[in-house]
Amino acid sequence: MSATTLTPTASATSDTAVDFAVRNLWKVFGADAQRIASDPSFTGHSAAEILEETGCVTAVRDISFDVAHGEVFVVMGLSGSGKSTLVRCLTRLIEPTSGQVMLEGQDIMKLGAKELREVRRRRVSMVFQHFGLLPFRNVLDNIAFGLEIRGIGTAARYERAREVIDLVGLHGYEERFPDQLSGGMQQRVGLARALASDPDVLLFDEPFSALDPLIRRDMQAEVIRLHRDMGKTMVFITHDLSEALKLGDRILIMRNGELVQIGTGDELVGAPADDYVADFVSDVDRTQVLTLRWVVAPVPEGLPTDGPGLPATTVIVDAIPTVLGSTVPVRVFDGDTLIGVVDRDAILREIMGVKPAAVRHGGASRAGARAGRVG
Amino acid sequence: MAVTDFRRQFAPRPPRQRSIPRGVYAIAVALLVWFVAWRMFNGVWTLPLQSAEVTPLHLWLNEVNAWVRDNRDSNVLFVLVFDSIRIGVGAVAALFAQLFVQTDVGLQLPEIGWLGVVALVTWVAAAVGNYRVAILTAVGFTAFGVLGVFTEAMWTFALTLTAVLFSVAIGLPLGIWAGVNKRVNGILTPILDFMQTLPSFVYLAPLALLFLIGPASAVIATIIYAVPPIIRLTAHGIRSVPATIAEAADSLGVSKRQRLMTVLLPLARNSMVVGLNQTVMAALAMVTIAALIAGPGLGQLVVQALQSLNVGRAFVAGFAIVVMAIVLDRVTTAASRRAELSARHSTPLRRRRRIIALGAGLLVVAAAVYLSRSVLAAARFPAEAAVGEALGARINDVSAGFQNTFSVFTASLKDGFTIRVINPFQGLLTATPFLVVMLVILVIAVTVGGIRAAVISTICLLLIIAVGLWEDAMITLASTLIATVITMALALAVGVIMGRSDRVDRWLRPGLDAAQTMPAFVYLVPFLGLFGPSRFTAIVAAIIYAAPVAIKIIAEGIAHVSAEAVEAAQSTGASPWQTISKVQIPLAASSITLAANQGLIYVLSMVVVGGLVGGGALGYAVVAGFSQNALFGKGLAAGVAIVLLGIMLDRITQAAVARRRRIVPVTRRVRDVTAPLPVTH
Ligand SMILES: Nc1ncnc2c1ncn2[C@@H]1O[C@H](COP(=O)(O)OP(=O)(O)O)[C@@H](O)[C@H]1O
Ligand SMILES: [Mg+2]
Repeated sequence: MSATTLTPTASATSDTAVDFAVRNLWKVFGADAQRIASDPSFTGHSAAEILEETGCVTAVRDISFDVAHGEVFVVMGLSGSGKSTLVRCLTRLIEPTSGQVMLEGQDIMKLGAKELREVRRRRVSMVFQHFGLLPFRNVLDNIAFGLEIRGIGTAARYERAREVIDLVGLHGYEERFPDQLSGGMQQRVGLARALASDPDVLLFDEPFSALDPLIRRDMQAEVIRLHRDMGKTMVFITHDLSEALKLGDRILIMRNGELVQIGTGDELVGAPADDYVADFVSDVDRTQVLTLRWVVAPVPEGLPTDGPGLPATTVIVDAIPTVLGSTVPVRVFDGDTLIGVVDRDAILREIMGVKPAAVRHGGASRAGARAGRVG
Repeated sequence: MAVTDFRRQFAPRPPRQRSIPRGVYAIAVALLVWFVAWRMFNGVWTLPLQSAEVTPLHLWLNEVNAWVRDNRDSNVLFVLVFDSIRIGVGAVAALFAQLFVQTDVGLQLPEIGWLGVVALVTWVAAAVGNYRVAILTAVGFTAFGVLGVFTEAMWTFALTLTAVLFSVAIGLPLGIWAGVNKRVNGILTPILDFMQTLPSFVYLAPLALLFLIGPASAVIATIIYAVPPIIRLTAHGIRSVPATIAEAADSLGVSKRQRLMTVLLPLARNSMVVGLNQTVMAALAMVTIAALIAGPGLGQLVVQALQSLNVGRAFVAGFAIVVMAIVLDRVTTAASRRAELSARHSTPLRRRRRIIALGAGLLVVAAAVYLSRSVLAAARFPAEAAVGEALGARINDVSAGFQNTFSVFTASLKDGFTIRVINPFQGLLTATPFLVVMLVILVIAVTVGGIRAAVISTICLLLIIAVGLWEDAMITLASTLIATVITMALALAVGVIMGRSDRVDRWLRPGLDAAQTMPAFVYLVPFLGLFGPSRFTAIVAAIIYAAPVAIKIIAEGIAHVSAEAVEAAQSTGASPWQTISKVQIPLAASSITLAANQGLIYVLSMVVVGGLVGGGALGYAVVAGFSQNALFGKGLAAGVAIVLLGIMLDRITQAAVARRRRIVPVTRRVRDVTAPLPVTH
């Protein structure tokens, strides 16, 4: 199993519009940044080795990906893997060391300070882990801040701010100050502030990591609802796999600044690119994520053609009633093509978490060390 | 467990921990050498200089002074730079003086009359603060009249106001620049550090040389002394704006200007107001001291009274300074609170009500001014109502009576301390050959502060010798060290108690804060009343002056020792005393060293001011330099010697602070509750 088998989803297909196209992006912190990004002699050296040799931190290392229009694109990795740096490079809140960032075909790297401000004011907004609200402004003024910056008049910006206040469920809190709000409410303000300018793309840097689990679940639902209603493109950073799977159309996994794998949730779970990803996804309830595509067996000889059939995109849990209710293996179709069958054994194997031999990788032996990871 | 016992018995002994560091031996040896040298070579190579004696350097400085006096009107530099600064500052000062003190023909009568002045400042206090500080202001300013020092108080007020205005005009932009620009900050910080270690006294002589004497140069000296806090705290406020907020603003596309105006400055406002408050208090302190270069006002009353040993008069003027300090401090503090509250709670209705109230107040002010210009009793504070003279006389009686009654006690305390402590220690410093003293100081500097501090100390000591004031410097050093040791003992005792108990902290802190805002001058007065003029008086005043700062720093350090470390000690059954001596004090070591540093700087500046009350030595030379032309050069040199002493003491203790920091990292009391949830690994 390797990333190459997943190329169809690694970059958005040519017929869908691309919002962000990132190519060979590097960010190195330190005096020698430029040299490290360009000098091929460093390839093969780990980030730790480079730090040892040069004192520079390689936060983002040669990363390329596309974000399709309307997509929720999740970047996931452990703390320190470079996620925040990567997402800040998209609007040059952190200046990339090298590489290309295209926004709707426009080269972000070539923009002057003023054009870049325009991009941040109108087209790309960001939500932060620690909210970044102005403590001396009330909710309404915080939300209207971006519009004020653009020079929009008081009446117009308050009207717009009230619209988004309703959108994120902050009605009645307009006059409150940030320190009078709970974390969840503060993040709603952060979200409303980002929405106020009606941007094309929303960036989220671990927006819910500082929140209680229950509030976090609410906020995730809120984001899903907003995405459904408005269809905005989102780049969402998280270190939480369940959050990634819940929200992400596609997920990019980073480790030590490097891209490890890009794929849909079931691709990551069904075909992890390496031990690292396998380890990451090992605690996931596979039946909730994997589709039948990942568990099909070859069609046995003499299978009756009148038995039940299911599309390959069915998630395993949803297939359980059909499979259990059938006396013969259920046929799985990709469109009109028969790609295989699933039987009760296959379903049971997945429920029990026994992996097919091909992807076992000895993952079970590390189960102890993983206990309690990824919440 | 026989086996373990056996093993323990024959295991190689762990190297015994050195309980006494090597440095202590070095210092002990040095002190021994010092003592022996003092016994053997007493009076040899001591570089003495009588108070009327001068060196060629001093004479040369006198010539410089004379040359400047004769040529300042024809010299381009003086005409274009120094005179135009002096004239500009003087013009603004004159404007305020006219408003508050004297008419343009020099009549000691405020343009708007005393009643108008009281009404106006009360109205301003109400406008920027609240009605409570307005009442305080009205009472305070009326009290100046009752004390019979209205004119002097208004001079002090006018000059302080002028200096604050200039300080803000200079300090705010510089502070903002340093706040947004790392390099500027890097350049400014050491300069400001240096400025703040200089005792206020030493600015005066060179400024008098450049700007002559009088109100203008008093204001210029005050600006220099008062501008550092506002620069520092403005820059600090801007630099401590959370990166997350600044970044969020950036993500919304703010321009540099918008970033400054809508994010950085509003968030830095609290810090800036604290800076303004400190600047105001520093300005008041310096305006009073600038009396020595003919800055008019309350300070001059104090100086004259101190010089004629009229305790009563000094007391009245000193009390007026205290009143002024309290009023200025309360009003600026209330102003900061009001700014904060109004940002949060202002509603159109409240705003309108307030505007109406203030408008009505303005009418009252206008009426008071009108009255002042038509009724003499409202123009000049009626002399019959003033009790200052009588009060002063009464205090003189009380003081004399006190000294008589308690002379057994005060005199024996003073004489005992002088004979047992001051004289021997001073003798040790002044009667030992200077090379030995230098060597001892070097050993201490190396041990406490390291090589760098020792090199700087050597340079400072050599320069002190070069300016010809070794003996005076050693006398001043002796007083400074004695006062600092006592200050530190006091500060440790009080600071530890305060740091351990929130209740004591709440109790003491307001008093300490108030004590810290008092101008140095006023500390001399009561002790002069108690002990008469002497070195002892200067030392006691210095202790009282420096103690609040040292106490607060130590209390801060003790309170910030990590609660876990204290709990851990208590859970193992440590007694309170063990907890203090084995956990809290060692962990607060860097704070204690910092307190010593600040204590030294404060003590030095006060010991020098003590030259006015018989403290002698460098302080006296500085004062004498102002009054006698023949001693001008020596006074200037004494100022330099004070600076050198200050640098030496500061560098040694700063280096010690830096070392302690490395050993015991500063810990925070509580965990940051806003920190993100622990991230999974
Ligand atoms: N301004 C900076 N200077 C130096 N190193 C940095 C800076 N910002 C981030 N880093 C380093 O870059 C790496 C990636 O950081 P970050 O992007 O914040 O990771 P994540 O968001 O995945 O936790 C970390 O090792 C971090 O220490
Ligand atoms: Mg991060």
